[in-house]
Amino acid sequence: MKRFPDWAWPVTAFVLLVVLWDVSIRVFGLKPFVLPSPASVAQALVADWQELADATLYTLVEIVLGFALSVIVGIGLAVAIVTWRPLEKAIYPILVGAQVIPKVAIAPLFVVWLGLGLAPKVLIAFLLSFFPMVVNTVVGLRAIEIGKLHLARSMGATASQIFFRFRLPRAMPNIFAGLKLSVTAAVIGAIVGEFIGADEGMGRVLLVANGNLETAKLFAGIVLLSAVGIALFLIIAALEKIVIRWHVSQRALQELGS
Amino acid sequence: MSLIQVTGAAKRYAVASGEVAALDPVSLTVNEGEFVSILGPSGCGKSTFMLMLAGLISRSAGTIEIDGVKVDRPYTDLGIVFQDHNLLEWRNVLSNVMLQIEVRGRDPAQYLPRAQDLLRMVGLDGAEARLPHELSGGMRQRAAICRALIHEPRLLLMDEPFGALDALSRDQLNVDLQQMWLARPTTVIFITHSISEAVFLSDRVIMMTPRPGKIAADIKIDLPRPRPMSVRETPAFGAYTKQIRGLFEEWGVLRRGAA
Repeated sequence: MKRFPDWAWPVTAFVLLVVLWDVSIRVFGLKPFVLPSPASVAQALVADWQELADATLYTLVEIVLGFALSVIVGIGLAVAIVTWRPLEKAIYPILVGAQVIPKVAIAPLFVVWLGLGLAPKVLIAFLLSFFPMVVNTVVGLRAIEIGKLHLARSMGATASQIFFRFRLPRAMPNIFAGLKLSVTAAVIGAIVGEFIGADEGMGRVLLVANGNLETAKLFAGIVLLSAVGIALFLIIAALEKIVIRWHVSQRALQELGS
Repeated sequence: MSLIQVTGAAKRYAVASGEVAALDPVSLTVNEGEFVSILGPSGCGKSTFMLMLAGLISRSAGTIEIDGVKVDRPYTDLGIVFQDHNLLEWRNVLSNVMLQIEVRGRDPAQYLPRAQDLLRMVGLDGAEARLPHELSGGMRQRAAICRALIHEPRLLLMDEPFGALDALSRDQLNVDLQQMWLARPTTVIFITHSISEAVFLSDRVIMMTPRPGKIAADIKIDLPRPRPMSVRETPAFGAYTKQIRGLFEEWGVLRRGAA
């Protein structure tokens, strides 16, 4: 028997879900404004394509900016925390404290501070996505075995050699785990930001469609948004495959795939 | 000529209930070019001693001098092989060996032929491009040995390098190590808990007692080199292992079986 290729599993599951969705509408006689059929969502996707595509692009910019900021600040802060203990003691509790504040609750404040433009959305996307980045990078940079540090010092390695040749490569698997969590959080952050107040972007389209009971359009927007999230995730996963081919997580995938 | 001079070096650790002695004061002189084994049961402070010797951990007392210079920070004219191979998982075999050269800022082009020679000597030619996870345990340890020798160090420290290997790989590596050492004799401190390994490889076997560790005997091994694997069946070899086993029994490290 020929083996089921890897990509066929999620595709099959997705098709089955869509069929289930369609069948349940017919069986339970659901109204289109409660749950639109897959076909009508597809129609909305085509009919409102220009508006939806523009909104997606706008939101994508917010996501990418917020994510990029969280990567730069997150990794930078993680490096500082790992190299300087007092900073860890001072900042880690504050970081955790900040993480448990529901960002959605304080988001309206950002609009007050920063207006209706790009800035508050980028800030919220950044705030939601930056915590997993810091935590994972810190864990990764600490993962180096004591024996490897002894080895490095026996070679007379400088602090920067120890960091770039030993600690950082060793941290890459954790950094990629952080990137994956972080990028999906950035998608949510951008939409949350737009829900609070926006003239443009997918969040606004979703709100308006919801208000007008244009549920098919709402779903079409969600489909596009998911596509963006999945695409960003896959880009990172592809990079990960190249960068940490040596790591046990990638080896397991290779063996499963072979 | 003596290369290493250890005088009263000791290590104590602070614990919640005060202090624990990991190593009682140890004094030892090792001559240049000597192959010295440090033999003792687990937990006798052998590894602690080795790390102190390399200047990688601090001492609580005493002095250590290598080549007339006090070891108060990492001594770098050495190569170390640990029980764990400590190869960098993201580098292939050759680039793990060359790491030593890169970090020391020496010219890679100059050392590349030597790296290839060493890898050939341990039977790793053809495996240069493989990643550590694609190697067997024995091959990883061979690569680690090449990494420790590539820069032609004054001193080679080995901390139970073959302890995690199966008995056959271990025998083979003992033979290979002796061959490499004979090709270019350097001073070696070899930590082990295997009596026959210590006798097979060494010019001198330093015996340690456990908890806190201290040096209890210093036995010169007078067997001609190169020693084939079969030397272990000779009466002379047997006499050495018997003497060592007898001392461990005397100290209560080994219990005599039923007579």
